[in-house]
Amino acid sequence: MADAEAETELITTADGIPLKQALKKALWQRKKTALLLVSPLFLFVLITFLIPIFDMLTRSVDNSIAGEQFPSVVVEIQRWDLDSSEIPDETTFQALFKDFKAGAERKTISRLGRRLNYEMSGMSGLFRKTARKIKKLEAPEAATEVMIAIDKKWGKLDTWRLIKRESGNYTNSYYLAAIDAEKLSDGSLAMKAEDRQVYVALFWRTIRLSITITILTILLGYPIAYLLATLKTKTSNMLIILVLLPFWTSLLVRTSAWIALLQKEGVINDILVAIGVLNDDSRLAMIHNEAGTIIAMTHILLPFMILPLFSVMKTIPPSWVRAARSMGATPFTAFRRVYLPNTIAGIGAGGILVFILAIGYYITPALVGGTKGTLISNFIAYHVSTSLNWGLAAALGTILLLLVLALYILYDKVVGISNMKLG
Amino acid sequence: MSNDDALVRFVDIQKSYDGESLVVKSLNLDVANGEFLTMLGPSGSGKTTCLMMLAGFEPATHGEIFYKGNPINRVPPHKRGIGMVFQNYALFPHMTVAENLAFPLQVRDMSKSEQEERVNRALDMVELGPLGDRRPAQLSGGQQQRVAVARSLVFDPDLVLMDEPLGALDKNLREKMQYEIKHIHENLGLTVVYVTHDQSEALTMSNRIAVFDDGIIQQCAPPEVLYEKPDNAFCANFIGENNRFLGKVIEDNGDTVKVDIDNNNAGAVVAKKVNVGGVGDRSTLSLRPERVTVNPEPGSLPNIFEGVAEELIYLGDHIRTRFTVLGHNDFIVKIPNSADHAHLQEGGTANIGWTAEDCRALDPSD
Amino acid sequence: MNKLLKQTLLATVAAGVVATAQAETTMVIVSWGGAYTKSQQRAYHQPYMDANPGITIVNDDSASEGASKLRAQVEAGNVTWDLLDAEAPNAITLCDEGLVEEINFDKDLAPAPDGTPASVDFGKSLVSDCFIPQIAYSTTLGYRSDIFDVGPTKMADVFDLKKFPGKRALEKRPDPNLEWALIADGVDPKDVYKVLDTEEGIDRAFKKLDTIKDQVIWWTKGSQPMQLLADGEVAFGSGYNGRLFEAIEVDKQPIKMLWDAQAIQLDGWVVPKGAPHKEEVMKYLRFATDTQRLADQAKFISYGPLRASSAPMVGKHADLGIDMGPHMPTAPANMKGAIFYDFEWWADNKDDLAERFESWLAK
Repeated sequence: MADAEAETELITTADGIPLKQALKKALWQRKKTALLLVSPLFLFVLITFLIPIFDMLTRSVDNSIAGEQFPSVVVEIQRWDLDSSEIPDETTFQALFKDFKAGAERKTISRLGRRLNYEMSGMSGLFRKTARKIKKLEAPEAATEVMIAIDKKWGKLDTWRLIKRESGNYTNSYYLAAIDAEKLSDGSLAMKAEDRQVYVALFWRTIRLSITITILTILLGYPIAYLLATLKTKTSNMLIILVLLPFWTSLLVRTSAWIALLQKEGVINDILVAIGVLNDDSRLAMIHNEAGTIIAMTHILLPFMILPLFSVMKTIPPSWVRAARSMGATPFTAFRRVYLPNTIAGIGAGGILVFILAIGYYITPALVGGTKGTLISNFIAYHVSTSLNWGLAAALGTILLLLVLALYILYDKVVGISNMKLG
Repeated sequence: MSNDDALVRFVDIQKSYDGESLVVKSLNLDVANGEFLTMLGPSGSGKTTCLMMLAGFEPATHGEIFYKGNPINRVPPHKRGIGMVFQNYALFPHMTVAENLAFPLQVRDMSKSEQEERVNRALDMVELGPLGDRRPAQLSGGQQQRVAVARSLVFDPDLVLMDEPLGALDKNLREKMQYEIKHIHENLGLTVVYVTHDQSEALTMSNRIAVFDDGIIQQCAPPEVLYEKPDNAFCANFIGENNRFLGKVIEDNGDTVKVDIDNNNAGAVVAKKVNVGGVGDRSTLSLRPERVTVNPEPGSLPNIFEGVAEELIYLGDHIRTRFTVLGHNDFIVKIPNSADHAHLQEGGTANIGWTAEDCRALDPSD
Repeated sequence: MNKLLKQTLLATVAAGVVATAQAETTMVIVSWGGAYTKSQQRAYHQPYMDANPGITIVNDDSASEGASKLRAQVEAGNVTWDLLDAEAPNAITLCDEGLVEEINFDKDLAPAPDGTPASVDFGKSLVSDCFIPQIAYSTTLGYRSDIFDVGPTKMADVFDLKKFPGKRALEKRPDPNLEWALIADGVDPKDVYKVLDTEEGIDRAFKKLDTIKDQVIWWTKGSQPMQLLADGEVAFGSGYNGRLFEAIEVDKQPIKMLWDAQAIQLDGWVVPKGAPHKEEVMKYLRFATDTQRLADQAKFISYGPLRASSAPMVGKHADLGIDMGPHMPTAPANMKGAIFYDFEWWADNKDDLAERFESWLAK
């Protein structure tokens, strides 16, 4: 054995360089070229994907605004105990007055008010009111009295507990909000009141609708993909253009078309009434509700199911089913035992694709979903662009991301990712 | 062979895919019980279509197919009980070899123990005993082929159809498999309908060969008859190597005719009258290369002409020689590599001759 | 070289620079789109561009998301808007947060023709240091005139599904739906904000809204309720009175106004902090908010100008020739039962109620 080893080590190239080293050198050249080729894509993904995701993760816990707006208060409040039954001392109030006056002059203090308002309603108003009044005041002897005179809330323990709790650079309150929980004033956790709970139910609705849409695309897409895969190439290419047609029309045009088709006075209801299936009074509600979201999204996402299925079915020769038939299998048995198992890869790929797209869709549900058909992404969009509670939007987005990853891992465990064929 | 023996009967079968042209023009063919019948022909000749009609995957446009005496046009494939081996084996990639073999037994609701017994027997038959747990993709082409054959037989069909089953194998393996299939056929007393475009494969394996061209069976006969006594120019040309002369009949002597060869005023050839009209009609003469004698005794043969040896190829058991004879420069002669064979040189001349019996006067094909 | 020549050269070059700079000035003005932007285009933008060839005004129709988009722009340090049309409560919030410029009304804006300073001419509509008022508008309801034998007359009818069945299109935000719910529940319009200021009052409003929730289609863009009314998808639709005027008088839809409990709101300009062309914008504002221009806008849309001096100059619609007076929200006949929107209250409570409203919707 030792001899053999010694012998292999002795192998060198003609000019005496050890073979392993020479090989490495030769391969490094090739690796360098490969790295060079992928580097633009890598940079692109880094800038447009990884950094934004990292930014989202940071925002979901970021609370630096407290230190920015209340630089002295966050220091002074350290001395105050959360369980104390008295409000903080005069020094803290002096710091509050100083920070507040500076913030009011910068006109930035109400941003902290907005931030604290997520935790306790009325904080936004308190900060706005205080900012208006404090501008006219000079540094007082007794800041405690002055502040309480501006608003009684400055004398309340709950206000100070909140400030103390949210005085750090990081916070978990966005995540708590994202699962309909909140911190009580004594610091313990509890679920929000029934009528304020919304996100957990929305996550479930999002998952349920996405699964429904995925199943519908499989049921509708499978026969079409089969038809496409068995037709002559020329005909199937024509039909694939029809499948892709939805991508070529703008979303607004499509939405208008759905509304024209699906609304109460729309085409489908008109036809059903005209042929006597429905009474004029019992027209179907197919838009501005869950049904609207399901119909519209199934339509949009159908190509993402058909194309992977088609490309997988294209590789299945007709002789497999024929072989099964010749061995005595009925058409159904031949389909179930031979054709279907060989298209699982396509169903898996299409299913994952459709599900992931569906779980993150928000424009279509916003337009045709009414209130019953909105998804969690609609709320993320709402917090990003309307309420500007980006921390909560980031927390919701992070949870959604983890949810998709979890489902992906589950799929890998059950079906196996290597069995997925996109084409 | 009488009709009662026939396991399969094609009666007046016509098939058209597009409603404009016939792929199978008028097929009448009986396949006897226990026979190995090969459908041979170039691609597009209609042979595979006939097989698919028999298997039930294509409906006949006209006519009726009988199996065991019953019409089967309206019987779906899975109720015909006919085994089939496909061109690319059509093994199910998501099942192991054993599962593939068990498939036809499962759909027949056979008991687990019987399934196992039969699968093992089938695996042993094709010498793949230990490979039952493998997936088809883990097998070599030849092994896959054997699995396909075993799978078509495992449910004991009386008839097995094979659609160019050896087309994807290399030459050596192919020849080996030809014998194996042949042996299986003999051992099990099967009836096989076999489709191929490879004439040597057809000659090796078949009891009878049906030569297809242009949707018509040109000739259906045992291999030796087909080779030695082709009915027409297509068969003569398609099966084996063949020297052809085109010419016009100038003398009709009952059993033989004398044909004046085109492009050549110097000679006429005496040939056996097989498939030709009378004096004045055109004819194709067919002559196998191995039936030509080099330097015969003058006068010993009715046809002796002088030829120029253009090319000599040494092939071990024989020397393949290309002559220019009667104005044709593609006349092939196989000279056996015997102790006293004629030694020729490229460019040299020699007399070559053949009997009237070996030279068949056929239809003027082209 | 001669000193004079040098100076002349410099001046020429400088003039050239100024000229090109002027020729290239493109101001982005963000407004609400539709008929409203058209009226601003005809009353303000076009006359101003005609008088100042170097200026081009580009309209951006995203005022409905104006406050949030502006915040995003300031946060990203990339303000692209020069002027934003905003509702008073949003203007107050933006001003408090230091996202828009403070205005010196008497210095920056033109006095009335009789010399009255702007701050007096605008009077009570100056609700914030940053807000330059333009018009009073109201959010009110229109209904299909062809489906009810006896039309609705009061807000309570909108919440009465038995007498007036059919879908309602309401704006997807808490205001003024909460006020309406309380009025329909019997609260006097004068006391609405007193009641809303209590937790019980808010619960009461949501409870009342619950009674029609199933029948509501929520809209987010001013054009949607008009379309829904025109298609006959809804029996009632809330909307801006100018849009409803347009649908009734211009498009001749079978729609009638229900002025009861109209919520009178103020709309005006705010100048974003860091606007790319602040100087030009201030010049434009002086022109666009003078007495004549504000009166002119009322020729194109039924919103009331907020300068006292403009009111007597409101005449007939420019294209239809209709007397605009009775179509203004401020017309005495329309004012019975109107709600005066409490900007301060909404500025303080909007965040809370918007969130609660969204969770209520998602239930």
